[in-house]
Amino acid sequence: MKRSKRSVIPGFGISMGVTLTMLSIVVLIPLISLVVFTLQMDLKDVIEVITRERVLASFKVSFQTALIASLINAVMGLILSWVLVRYSFPGKKIMDGMIELPFAMPTAVAGIALTSLTADQGWIGSFFARYGIKIAYTKIGITVALVFVGLPFVVRSVQPVLEKLDPSYEEAAGVLGANPVMIFWKVIFPELVPALFTGFGLAFGRCLGEYGSVVFIAGNKPYETEIVPLIIMSELQEFDYSSATAIALIMLLVSFFILFLVNMIQARNTKILKGGR
Amino acid sequence: MHEEKVGSKIVKGILIGLSILFLVVMLLFPLFIIITESLKNGWNTYIKAVTDKYTVSALWLTLKATVIAVALNTIFGIFAAWTITKFHFKGKKILTTLIDIPVTVSPIIAGLIFLLTFGRQSFLYPYLQAANIKIVFAVPGIILATIFVTFPFISRELIPVLEAQGTEEEEAAALMGAGGITIFRKITFPHIKWAFIYGIVLCTARAMGEFGAVSVLSGHLRGVTNTLPLHVEILFNEFQYVPAFAVSSILVMLALIILVIRSVVEHISGKEE
Amino acid sequence: MQRKVISIVLAGILVVGILSGCGSATDSSAVQLINVSYDPTRELYEAYNQMFAEHWKEQTGQEIEVTQSHGGSGKQALEVANGLEADVVTLALEYDVKAVEDAGLIDSGWIDEFSLDSSPYTSTIVFLVRKGNPKDIRDWDDLVRDDVSIITPNPKTSGGARWNYLAAWAYAKQLYNSDEIQIKKFIQKLYQNVLVLDSGARGATTSFIENGQGDVLVAWENEAFLSIQDYPNDYEIITPSISILAQPSVAVVDSVVDSKQTREAATEYLNYLYSEKAQRIAGDNYYRPSNEEILQEYKDVFDLDIHLVTIDDFGGWEEAQETHFADGGIFDQIYEK
Repeated sequence: MKRSKRSVIPGFGISMGVTLTMLSIVVLIPLISLVVFTLQMDLKDVIEVITRERVLASFKVSFQTALIASLINAVMGLILSWVLVRYSFPGKKIMDGMIELPFAMPTAVAGIALTSLTADQGWIGSFFARYGIKIAYTKIGITVALVFVGLPFVVRSVQPVLEKLDPSYEEAAGVLGANPVMIFWKVIFPELVPALFTGFGLAFGRCLGEYGSVVFIAGNKPYETEIVPLIIMSELQEFDYSSATAIALIMLLVSFFILFLVNMIQARNTKILKGGR
Repeated sequence: MHEEKVGSKIVKGILIGLSILFLVVMLLFPLFIIITESLKNGWNTYIKAVTDKYTVSALWLTLKATVIAVALNTIFGIFAAWTITKFHFKGKKILTTLIDIPVTVSPIIAGLIFLLTFGRQSFLYPYLQAANIKIVFAVPGIILATIFVTFPFISRELIPVLEAQGTEEEEAAALMGAGGITIFRKITFPHIKWAFIYGIVLCTARAMGEFGAVSVLSGHLRGVTNTLPLHVEILFNEFQYVPAFAVSSILVMLALIILVIRSVVEHISGKEE
Repeated sequence: MQRKVISIVLAGILVVGILSGCGSATDSSAVQLINVSYDPTRELYEAYNQMFAEHWKEQTGQEIEVTQSHGGSGKQALEVANGLEADVVTLALEYDVKAVEDAGLIDSGWIDEFSLDSSPYTSTIVFLVRKGNPKDIRDWDDLVRDDVSIITPNPKTSGGARWNYLAAWAYAKQLYNSDEIQIKKFIQKLYQNVLVLDSGARGATTSFIENGQGDVLVAWENEAFLSIQDYPNDYEIITPSISILAQPSVAVVDSVVDSKQTREAATEYLNYLYSEKAQRIAGDNYYRPSNEEILQEYKDVFDLDIHLVTIDDFGGWEEAQETHFADGGIFDQIYEK
């Protein structure tokens, strides 16, 4: 790995060294072993496994729900972090501290609690049932669970940036006569975009792979509410490692691709921002 | 000017209202369910469940795995964020993406790949056996899985802030002859303080609650390799519905403790500024 | 450059140190056994382990400590196959023990090592309905009625749920005189009535009890009894006319006991499950004792008139797995559009 531009800041060697070493032990070696394991299969078999109708249907369910859930998280995360940084009101501290709760709660517990809330006899479920909307055991239920597990990502990515944001730009814009909406979209929002993308990407990836909470709320009907991790689980249950790893590898490639895309956008954005200044 | 203020007040009200509604429905309701369920059979059952010797040993293991994972990820996070934001080199985007990968890998797959890497089917297994190192179905496997799932959390929090900050200040300091550690301590760290705290809190919470990957690697040996989330799952599967919720309330309390610690830290460092 | 090397070495030592530091096992003079079992056997083995420890002490004068591991049966088998050092496995079905055998850890012929196909206790599949049986569910053919909704776990993710599916199949087979097309239609109709296909038995029970879904829960007899025990006034058990003899299998993991030198204790551990005392513990935990005489003591608890088919009627587990549950098998076919 060669530095393309010489930097005056010291410590490149040591920090790169530590980064790469830990990355190799924790991420690279295990991932390579997954690839090696899958490569022992015939390409034909891999394609056969991943193009089974039921597997394709589960891919569709997983992507749909993960996408919707992380979009909801992006919007709500932005609003939440804005509220937490810019406004002061009683109970803010408590609100701020609650954000990590979805991480600390074991996913199974979250799934069970959310299911009992949204089943047609639960508090939320009975409200929606009056309008003929079923939440638990449908895709909406899966989305609810995914919003829950992905909630902290966007908030905690955007919040620090918002806190660091130099208020002088806004003030300048205000003095120049820009209205608050314009200030937000033209001055603040562009600064938040990279963090927003990061949060969205992480939430999306997490949602795609979530298993523990979703199995309880999904109903797990084949073709309708069956998610990819559940298919992997059932392959493992049959001791069919190769099918499980084949599907796992596809998911891995997809999430790698999505993250790479997000990072590209983020990098481009940073460049534009810097150039603009 | 006056109209604008009324307008922004309305916006403020709407946004706060929306946030509170969202958090109440998404967080408080489930929390409430957990607490009511865990106390459904009265305090005695609750106390019995949380002081059970297997619960206590699961708690210790969870704390141990969390502390080690957070410590290592903190070291990694600082170095990685520093490398990525302060230097230019080829392959940076791939490196960033690789760091992110663990979050997006389904926990079950994460467990599976460690099983394939260190388990009986692996080419490494005979060497590990010979060296008498147990990784899968033992505590190291649990720690490894915990590190894996929380791997990018700290670096991910630091990178956007450092990127927004740029490298000018550090470059100036370096030109004036400051060493790496001094630059980091005096110039970089104050900028990333908040992001750093968020990262640690996020990482701790996730490390405590991790279930999927740990579940594949643990072996569920009661009192030996059971973490709290696993213990909850096991109680649940053994038709011990109420104790399962009681034990998960411990995790909620741990999360609350972290919140308090963070508020204290914020308060103290807020004073300094 | 030198710095880079030093840093790599440092980080390496750090990680290896932590990993190996935690790896050392606790030493104790007592004999240590690990029993890898499936989910709802906890209370059974908790009571049994205590009794066995006394028995072992009496016989040999040694202390013995048994560490339990519980989880989904298939997952547990997978873990043993991958290096979880279990001295004995006590799983939900023969097929899962076979998986450990296929990994080369258990010698073939284990099924005859202990009497009655190495299953010291059995169970069967029954229905749990809401008190008063409002939908009047009596037998399997009521489950395919249009107004009945069913809760049962997914046989592809839950090893135990395969018995549920096979029990229904056994009924249909008798009803339609082995006409496979008719049987398939029956099973298809039945699974179309399934409201929630949970991934495990406990998830299904939660859907049925805590969340009030469905009219009938198809469950293992011992699990149904546990629910009745918790909610005596809300549910009742219906025993269908025909069901399947669910035989959980036990086996000594040969390669582990040989390296740990625990064969004697492990063998006695499983053998003693057949003693009268242990059989009563099984009965008290709602498993059917395989000892006929002891089983008769529990005739007020269990419906002993039920006609039970066995897995052999399906040609053994390997064949049942291949025909019904493998990818593209009958269970997949009934969901195809």
